[in-house]
Amino acid sequence: MPQVMDADRMSRALTRIGHEILERNRGAAELALVGIRTRGVPIARRLARILHEINGDHVPTGALDITLYRDDLMRNPVGPQPVVRRTEIPFSIDNRRILLVDDVLYTGRTTRAALDALIDFGRPRAIQLVVLVDRGHRELPIKADYVGKNLPTSSRQSIQVRLQEIDGVDEVLIEGES
Amino acid sequence: MKTHAPAPTDAPADPASGTLRLKSKDLLGIAGLDAGEITLILDTADAMREIGSRPIKKVPTLRGRTVVNLFFEPSTRTRTSFEIAEKRLSADTLSIATATSSVTKGETLVDTVRNLEAMAPDMIVMRHASSGAAHLLARICRSAIINAGDGMHEHPTQALLDAYTIRAHKGRLAGLNVAIVGDLLHSRVLRSNVALLKTMGADVCACAPSTLMPPGFDRFGVKATSSVDEAVEGADVVMLLRIQHERMDGHFFPTVREYFSLFGMTPARLRRARPDVIVMHPGPMNRGVEIDSAVADGPYSVILEQVSNGVAVRMAVLYLLAGSSEAE
Repeated sequence: MPQVMDADRMSRALTRIGHEILERNRGAAELALVGIRTRGVPIARRLARILHEINGDHVPTGALDITLYRDDLMRNPVGPQPVVRRTEIPFSIDNRRILLVDDVLYTGRTTRAALDALIDFGRPRAIQLVVLVDRGHRELPIKADYVGKNLPTSSRQSIQVRLQEIDGVDEVLIEGES
Repeated sequence: MKTHAPAPTDAPADPASGTLRLKSKDLLGIAGLDAGEITLILDTADAMREIGSRPIKKVPTLRGRTVVNLFFEPSTRTRTSFEIAEKRLSADTLSIATATSSVTKGETLVDTVRNLEAMAPDMIVMRHASSGAAHLLARICRSAIINAGDGMHEHPTQALLDAYTIRAHKGRLAGLNVAIVGDLLHSRVLRSNVALLKTMGADVCACAPSTLMPPGFDRFGVKATSSVDEAVEGADVVMLLRIQHERMDGHFFPTVREYFSLFGMTPARLRRARPDVIVMHPGPMNRGVEIDSAVADGPYSVILEQVSNGVAVRMAVLYLLAGSSEAE
């Protein structure tokens, strides 16, 4: 399975995104990170650490589970329901600039669900989207603000993001014929 | 098996795993659920509880689904709890109380439900005074049936919210000593709780006057006693059950005052339990009968927490069963 990103490149990409975030928002005041479960959460925590190293600011970080907002729930009359995990946003998102973090941007449906979920928590000043990999094939009008790596793929392929915190290794793999 | 592990946090999702599901389209009782299914419901409830602390306490999950609450027996807590759970999941709900329905005109249960089902609800939550009523419906209905209490048989969501509350305090269910004291004979809460606690590996000691002790109860692997002190000794959890005057057609004990003096839970009796004991009651409480006000309102009481947890547990059950409904 070809590796398209190793630990080094992942770390450099996230550091670059950290600088881009600070440049675009003129500092880290009013920022908050919200990672989408599962793999968006450790990426959000790493970005918080990077922002702290660069700027000294502590950016609050939360975790969002979008299962209950999915647009494909209840479409299949018989079958197991996806497992719901806990959402933890221990701060008010009102008037903050929220950095929504996910590992892979693909159809955009997860992001759509996450936007709906976030709005139920309050009225942020802005929401910006951070992804480690953008693999294209959007089905909704959604675009990332910060991208670790643009990866043109065919829809037959699949992208595996593995993270130290969950999988014991940092890498991005691409599977299947192009 | 990760039966007693706390809710998974960043554990990798395993969408291919077919084990994380309820096997039945209905929730008729705890009997028939295995430890994995019970853990799935409790873990899902853990995620649902957070929704109740949001500014907008609602998720769109059951949008367009219809849930009928059919209550043939009076209920405040359970019916309200189900209604709130349904509304927080965005289901369309309607509640039918029998006093205002055709039941008073002589319609049978089966006819009432067949007519309701002709209007294609996705789920029916039912409480009925006859044991087995929910099982009867489950056989004739395509909708998912949730038993909200059938006679003296089962009240599964109560046992699940009790287990959720215990797990939230103790971190586990296995190996705990649970004392259940009160009107055991008429109690569906008891039957559901015993089934659940035994499945999850807890030790149950049941205590009642011999007239209120179900015959052959020790078959269920439960220690039975008529000494409160013996039951409470070393308990991690003390659960009190209501004296159900409305189901008593005979004389089970001489007076309420005598019951209280022999079985009522007082601070003095509670001192025999473990120092971190929690005291539970499914409600409605008869103060000064099965429980002293000093205990009901005391530092060990988690009775109101049980009520709040009930909403999260019922949301979990509704969510998990909604995927299995055949009413398409």
